[in-house]
Amino acid sequence: MQKAMNMKFLNIKACCAAIKNYSLARFSTLLLTIFGSTAAWADYDVNILPPVTPISNQIYGLHMYILYVCAVIFIIVFAMMFYSIFKFRKSAGAKPDVNFHESTLIEIIWTIIPFIILIAMAIPATKTVLDMKDTSNPDLTIKVTAYQWGWRYDYSAEDFGFYSNLSTPWSQIGQPGSPATEAKGKDYLLEVDNIVVVPVNKRVRLLVTSNDVIHGWYVPQLGVNQYGIPGFIKDAWFKAEKIGVYKGQCSQICGKLHGYMPITVEVKSEADYAKWIKDGQAKWGKGAALTASNSAPKADAAAEDSAKKFTLAEAKDHGEKVYAANCVACHQLTGKGMPPAFPALSGSKVVQGPMDAQIGVLLNGRPGTAMQSFARLNDTDLAAVITYTKNSWDNNTGKIAQPSDIKAARKI
Amino acid sequence: MAYTNSTTAPASAHDHSHADGHDHDDHGPGSWTRIFTTTNHKDIGSMYLWFSLFMFFVGGSMALLMRLELFQPGLQVLQPELYNSLTTVHALIMIFGAVMPAFTGFANWLIPMQIGAADMAFPRMNNWSFWLMIPAAILLFASFFVPGGAAASGWTLYPPLSIQGGLGLDMTILAIHILGASSIMGSINIITTLLNMRAPGMTLMKMPMFCWTWLITAYLMIAVMPVLAGAITMLLTDRHFGTSFFNAAGGGDPTMFMHIFWFFGHPEVYILILPAFGIVSQIIPTFARKPLFGYASMVYATASIAMLSFIVWGHHMFTVGMPAAGQLFFMYATMLIAVPTGVKIFNWIATMWRGSISFETPMLFCIGFLCMFTLGGFSGLVLSIVPVDITLHNTYYVVAHFHYVLFPGAIWGLMAGVYFWLPKFTGRMYSETLGKWHFWLSAISFNITFFPQHFLGLAGMPRRIPDYALQFAEWNMISSIGAFILGFSQLLFVWNVVSCIRSGEKAKAKQWEGADSLEWTHLPSPVPYHTFETAPVLK
Amino acid sequence: MSATTGGYYFAPPSKWPIVGSTALLFMGVGGAMTMNQIQPYGWTSLSIGFVILVYMLFGWFGQVIRESESGMYNPQVDASFRWSMSWFIFSEIMFFAAFFGALYYARAFSVPWLGDLDNALIWQGYDAKWPTLGPYIGQTASNQFGAMSPWGIPLLNTVLLLSSGVTVTWAHHAMKANHRGQLVMGLFLTVVLGFTFLGFQVYEYMHAYSELNLKLTSGVFGSTFYMLTGFHGFHVTLGAVMLTVIMFRCMKGHFKPNQHFGFEAVSWYWHFVDVVWLGLFLFVYVLV
Ligand code: HEA
Ligand code: HEA
Ligand code: HEC
Ligand code: CUA
Ligand SMILES: [Cu+2]
Repeated sequence: MQKAMNMKFLNIKACCAAIKNYSLARFSTLLLTIFGSTAAWADYDVNILPPVTPISNQIYGLHMYILYVCAVIFIIVFAMMFYSIFKFRKSAGAKPDVNFHESTLIEIIWTIIPFIILIAMAIPATKTVLDMKDTSNPDLTIKVTAYQWGWRYDYSAEDFGFYSNLSTPWSQIGQPGSPATEAKGKDYLLEVDNIVVVPVNKRVRLLVTSNDVIHGWYVPQLGVNQYGIPGFIKDAWFKAEKIGVYKGQCSQICGKLHGYMPITVEVKSEADYAKWIKDGQAKWGKGAALTASNSAPKADAAAEDSAKKFTLAEAKDHGEKVYAANCVACHQLTGKGMPPAFPALSGSKVVQGPMDAQIGVLLNGRPGTAMQSFARLNDTDLAAVITYTKNSWDNNTGKIAQPSDIKAARKI
Repeated sequence: MAYTNSTTAPASAHDHSHADGHDHDDHGPGSWTRIFTTTNHKDIGSMYLWFSLFMFFVGGSMALLMRLELFQPGLQVLQPELYNSLTTVHALIMIFGAVMPAFTGFANWLIPMQIGAADMAFPRMNNWSFWLMIPAAILLFASFFVPGGAAASGWTLYPPLSIQGGLGLDMTILAIHILGASSIMGSINIITTLLNMRAPGMTLMKMPMFCWTWLITAYLMIAVMPVLAGAITMLLTDRHFGTSFFNAAGGGDPTMFMHIFWFFGHPEVYILILPAFGIVSQIIPTFARKPLFGYASMVYATASIAMLSFIVWGHHMFTVGMPAAGQLFFMYATMLIAVPTGVKIFNWIATMWRGSISFETPMLFCIGFLCMFTLGGFSGLVLSIVPVDITLHNTYYVVAHFHYVLFPGAIWGLMAGVYFWLPKFTGRMYSETLGKWHFWLSAISFNITFFPQHFLGLAGMPRRIPDYALQFAEWNMISSIGAFILGFSQLLFVWNVVSCIRSGEKAKAKQWEGADSLEWTHLPSPVPYHTFETAPVLK
Repeated sequence: MSATTGGYYFAPPSKWPIVGSTALLFMGVGGAMTMNQIQPYGWTSLSIGFVILVYMLFGWFGQVIRESESGMYNPQVDASFRWSMSWFIFSEIMFFAAFFGALYYARAFSVPWLGDLDNALIWQGYDAKWPTLGPYIGQTASNQFGAMSPWGIPLLNTVLLLSSGVTVTWAHHAMKANHRGQLVMGLFLTVVLGFTFLGFQVYEYMHAYSELNLKLTSGVFGSTFYMLTGFHGFHVTLGAVMLTVIMFRCMKGHFKPNQHFGFEAVSWYWHFVDVVWLGLFLFVYVLV
């Protein structure tokens, strides 16, 4: 059985197909780029992305400065080496000068010069560090909570918060053995359902933490890369000076879907930002804001209507989307999971069994396993996804979970 | 019994060429089963070297699987979880299974010969150091086949991610424990041999550089392997016995693990490079036909690197949110390491200056080492600048940095060493042509593989991901192609070594004109099974 | 014959290392399975490994003792032993340093941080005072614990260990003066003191568990307390067992006034354990 599992992980056939299938067009552009016109290089990033905050500007400058210094040292040092290689090669009849093997003076010189160069690097760097770490006087504070595998943003002053998850569909990503069925979009893996928005030219302070393991909130152009450490709040700040959309990803390995945890920040003008806040408050409601307790994040209030009565078809339809966004990663589209790590839902006794048991699993998770609590989903979504699982693949229970069931179960 | 002491047998009375006739044939080369019990430093050295070659290929194959998945965006070959496991075990195998044992293998072969000793100070413990690695390797490999799969937390094993792992993670922890015990024993043996077994007249400051670098490396290992053991023990008790070292709810802190881990981890990277420095310091003077420039300053530089390595660990943690004072301290300390490392680079170049240089394969690898290691050192320096590290931390820039110091650093150092000493070990010459092919193919494909990763990192591609955004596709494709050429080029090396052993031309006792350490000047090629039972006479 | 050079004894091929590796393979596999409740395989494998390990220890040390007693170890071998034992103790110091470091880190950094202003967002009202259960575990009354007072058993234990340091030194002087009676007596006292220490330690643990409600799971305080004192206790146990072996060897007439490194190594180890205890007494008990 274990053998079978590993066979499943590693699909040689698929990999051959993959090599055959890669877009030839893409590869030829690549070759063209390398051997052809240099103008095309602009498409290929070879440097830090354009900075948009004072700090990331300084970072950019520092990097270029150090790069140039190192390049100069490299050229000088290796010019000397290649000179000796050429000049003192035996084949050209060089005779060794065996007495030239010690010189205190030279040794002192090449100890002191690098030291001075380093000081010249350290001074501007120190200045930037002090700036970077000064998180005082923010205009706006956002609490960023990471979880496996998504982000939650809480706007404390505005009294609302929301989740932000990858929105690229799995049909673009594919699976070993079942290649992607849809072409990859422009923002493949860098797109999220809910974008976090900040005003331009304002000092934004981030309070970064995590719900489970360590993650990293990393948006290069904003000059922020901050671990979210469970149980601790660490802060960072940025002041975006250019309106636009900036992308990043989770920077610290956080398990299976670490690569699927993008961040999108949109910098808007003051007015647009104010509008967004208004919309946000309407959409994500009051009371979901920065909580003072460590209780599980509150349910998403979006599109919440606990009084709603689902029909089977409606519920399955909606549930499929919820499933695709939250469950496929582990339990797979086929519902077969990846045993033994991730159990199959298709044919599962829990899924085919009584309603309460499955609601319980979803609300509480299974502590100590990757099956976390999904209490953060709203009642409608939970009801829909449960109905979907109970009526898909080999499961034909015909049972329908209603939002009110979830609501009732939450109370216990 | 197969021993005697000095009062009954004058040491000078030995004749190795027909050792078989003695009452101790259990001693000499005999049936292959002796590998289980041997106490001969050369046997054990060879066992270490073969083991690490095997592990290098296993670890390399894992890297190739990863590169296959990264060949293009999307998931094609590996489940993300398996990808993470491969990353983790690739690193553990390369570090603990390939590089460290290979250096120990060289230490076993060379240290007794270079200081004029008959064997290592503790031959039986020496055998155990080797054989401990086998259960560890078995545990590591087996962990892929248990429910939940192998450890998938990255080789740095940060909690709480590593708390989530399953049986495979426990097996990994125990494997590291056993490997740590092996390293500590090996290091104690080496350090004792160096301090206590030198031939009369072989003062510390006359030892070849390889011995010096190993003396310092062994010290580093004894100092930090127990710290690693402590860290993973706490991990184990957090996982299974309800302690709260790394759990904020109980007053602990995941960051605490990072501090302890990197207190080990940073000295560890110098453990992976210092012996390579030693090998390079033997080879360059040989082919420049000139003594090593600034021997004393090389010794001091190595020692300074080792000392500094204990106070720089925080540079792996600039993004955890430590106070500015902490960041600045670790940044300055890290930058300082460039000074002694620079001294070494300059000394090597000065050794070539006014020499009479020839370019046999070992020398080519050393020249490659100089260029590429320096590049890797520079990218390290870039990373040591806190603000720049903020934007590069945990991106492919870091991956590029450490492969530049590890592959052309540690691995080429080892390759150079193998080509250099193979004639001495086997009495036969390898093929220079093949060796040169191996070098040039490796050099070119290495750069194809890892140079583009700098660009990826600068553009913000995180490490440890099986899938990536479209703007990273081109460089990843190039990198993967390079990796396959690089991987398969290493088969030339194996072929060269094997055919050298089986059918190489006979080598001279002093195969390299410029060589001057004892193994070349005082011993035939191949070296007899027992050497220096009478201490060599040194001027 | 080639086993010696200038009198230095190089061991002939030996089966003990491979036996020891086999033991560790079984123990590693068994340990991993046991921790994951894979039974009865876990315990079985662990026990097999342990038995093999004990067999190896007897065999290996037995051989070393025979070699030593038949005079095969010359002064240079003796020097090797001294170097290696020193480095081994250095490695042990670093092992303990990791745990002392954890204690220091928790007290100086993580606990105060958890109680600071920013973290009040998560851990509201956490009173970050050492000793602590941590902000979450502390919320239930059933977890509250009392810290151990240093001035009872811990102080007594300090006195015991310090005096055992004296007795082992006394035994060493006796060894050098070739006073066998005093030697055995000194060792016997040391062993007795060592085991008494251990007895008290066990008693103290029981007291802590049953009356103070101080457990391994009592937050970071319980973790550091038990791991530090536990590893120390484990080292005392090893030391005491080794001292016992040395005592029996002395009774059998092993060692010479001028050559007795086996004895010295164990006494070094004993002193090391002693010093660690002083660190523990100060940092774990007194400076609560
Ligand atoms: C052999 C291994 C090895 C070596 C030798 C080094 C050497 C150095 N490393 Fe590297 N490093 C690693 C292996 C190594 N590293 C690994 C494995 C990681 C990643 C671990 C992980 O996260 O998984 C890492 C990560 C790493 C980081 C963390 C990056 C991050 O995660 O964000 C940093 C940051 O400071 C760093 C810095 C340095 C520096 C400054 C040196 C210096 O020692 C380099 C000094 C050398 C030179 C500078 C060149 C020669 C000098 C001259 C020619 C003199 C003149 C020069 C000047 C004056 C500039 N390394
Ligand atoms: C000494 C250390 C060492 C060495 C030598 C290497 C060698 C290589 N490494 Fe590795 N690597 C690390 C240490 C090392 N690495 C570490 C510490 C990490 C960090 C892990 C972490 O993030 O936790 C890492 C991570 C790492 C990554 C990043 C993964 C990620 O972050 O997602 C990548 C990706 O390209 C990579 C690639 C390679 C490649 C292509 C090689 C090549 O040099 C390999 C060359 C290939 C071979 C030598 C194989 C030869 C095999 C064949 C030819 C097949 C034939 C087979 C048989 C005959 C059986 N490594
Ligand atoms: C991070 C991976 C992961 C995600 C995402 C995930 N699960 Fe699970 N799930 C698990 C694991 C692991 C278990 C097994 C837990 C155990 O061992 O008890 C599990 C168990 C279950 C079970 C019990 C099955 C049984 O037979 O015991 C149900 C029902 C379930 N999950 C439903 C869901 C639904 C619905 C979602 C999406 C809303 C989801 N899971 C998302 C990992 C995941
Ligand atoms: Cu979250 Cu990586
Ligand atoms: Cu480092």
